[in-house]
Amino acid sequence: MSATRGIGNRLGRRLVLALPPLAVIAAVVALWWWLVVRTDSAIFPTPWQVVTGALELAQDGTLWEHIGASLFRVGTGFLLAMVVAIPLGLWMGWVSGAYITLNPIFQMLRPISPIAWIPLAILWFGVGNVSPIFLIFISSVFPMIVQTTAGVHTIERRYLRAAANFGVSRAVLFRRVVIPAVLPQIIVGMRIGLGVAWLVVVAAEMIALRSGLGYMIMDSRNAGNRYDLVIAGMIIIGLIGLLLDGATRLLERLKTVRWRYVR
Amino acid sequence: MSAKTKIEITGVRKGFDTDRGPLPVVDGLSLSVADGEFVAIVGPSGCGKSTLMNIISGFERPDEGRVLIDGAPLRGPSPKGIVISQHGSVFPWLTVRENLMFGLNGNGHGDKAALADHYAAVVGLKGFERSYPHELSGGMLKRVEIARALVVKPEILYMDEPFSALDALMNLRMRNELLRILAEERHTVLLITHDVEEAVYMADRIMVLSPRPATIQATFHVDLPHPRRLGSPQAQQLREDILKELGL
Repeated sequence: MSATRGIGNRLGRRLVLALPPLAVIAAVVALWWWLVVRTDSAIFPTPWQVVTGALELAQDGTLWEHIGASLFRVGTGFLLAMVVAIPLGLWMGWVSGAYITLNPIFQMLRPISPIAWIPLAILWFGVGNVSPIFLIFISSVFPMIVQTTAGVHTIERRYLRAAANFGVSRAVLFRRVVIPAVLPQIIVGMRIGLGVAWLVVVAAEMIALRSGLGYMIMDSRNAGNRYDLVIAGMIIIGLIGLLLDGATRLLERLKTVRWRYVR
Repeated sequence: MSAKTKIEITGVRKGFDTDRGPLPVVDGLSLSVADGEFVAIVGPSGCGKSTLMNIISGFERPDEGRVLIDGAPLRGPSPKGIVISQHGSVFPWLTVRENLMFGLNGNGHGDKAALADHYAAVVGLKGFERSYPHELSGGMLKRVEIARALVVKPEILYMDEPFSALDALMNLRMRNELLRILAEERHTVLLITHDVEEAVYMADRIMVLSPRPATIQATFHVDLPHPRRLGSPQAQQLREDILKELGL
């Protein structure tokens, strides 16, 4: 009895917590609607027109193709970045020579907006899938390197000392101490990297290509001022970004990284 | 009856370079600890106790002098002597059982999980083998740390203010726990503490360090049977004498 009531209470609390943000969203939509009706805009769509526009695209399947194309590019570029950044970050964190040698160039490349790489990407890789994948790689690899390196640098000495005391091999030290100690920071790096990657894929698709959510937005505008689809695309991008961040946040619930967030 | 010497320290000297010139921390200190003996070193804060512990446990090298363990020069930290320190070093990303199995490398240990669970039971953590450290209290964490040391069957336990981060009650409780465990498995113990009562309650011999640079200022033998009563006249007298040495 009390257990079910506990769950009921929790659900109730979550609902109550969800109310204010939902109210804000509702207010924004209402204001938008009112403004469009009030100004009698011929081009700017009402929220309802956006919904019907999105449904239309969903029904003929093009919406899913665009979403799929964007997610594929983000997924590939991000995975490549992870494969490069995590080992490199661990190495740079552990070996000070590697850090001294490589850190300056990475720190210099890091603040360059990935958008600035677009011309080079097109020059090198053309307008196929490789360009956006490259841009995503470039945008997410540096934050992940930096976070991983910082994670190694901030491992508490007492853990390294304990490992040394028990006389474990370097392999065990790395597998059982260094990597788990850095994992929470790696997850932070992944969140940042994935966030930037999603930002960049849409921008990259706006320049070229024939698919993806960024292309969908530009194409809707160019082909007949379909601003309902432009806004539908923007909202979908926002929602998917939210879901991607939520998915990486789930990693923070892993038992082996919980320690970092409870104390 | 005189057991063989476990730890032999002769003429150890250590200093650090600071902005204001060299700072001598340990100044020609010699001591020896017999096998199975419980020696406590008490001293004022900042007198170089922890530096001394780092040197004896192999984490730091002395500038001069030498440290012999079982007659052989100490080369660095090893599982032969495990350090248990104030802040603890239980790995928060491993369960209690995984922590206890951490030091069991190689294949000479039989069933590692069973061995880990045995020592978890020894320190009173039966039923918590699968718990993560953040789910445990401070006292329980200290037990995990002690158990993790015991699993590798160290010959020496180096304890650097082991219980001073615990609340007073848990501090008293852990003293008894430690003595109970030591009665079962006879380890050589070197305890560094600023808590005179803790030393009087547990140690066979108490050495008082001078203010920095540290040397041994006085030695007291504690010939009281366990369990000791800190309120007894002998214990009180001993406490007074030690405090007097510390200038209090």
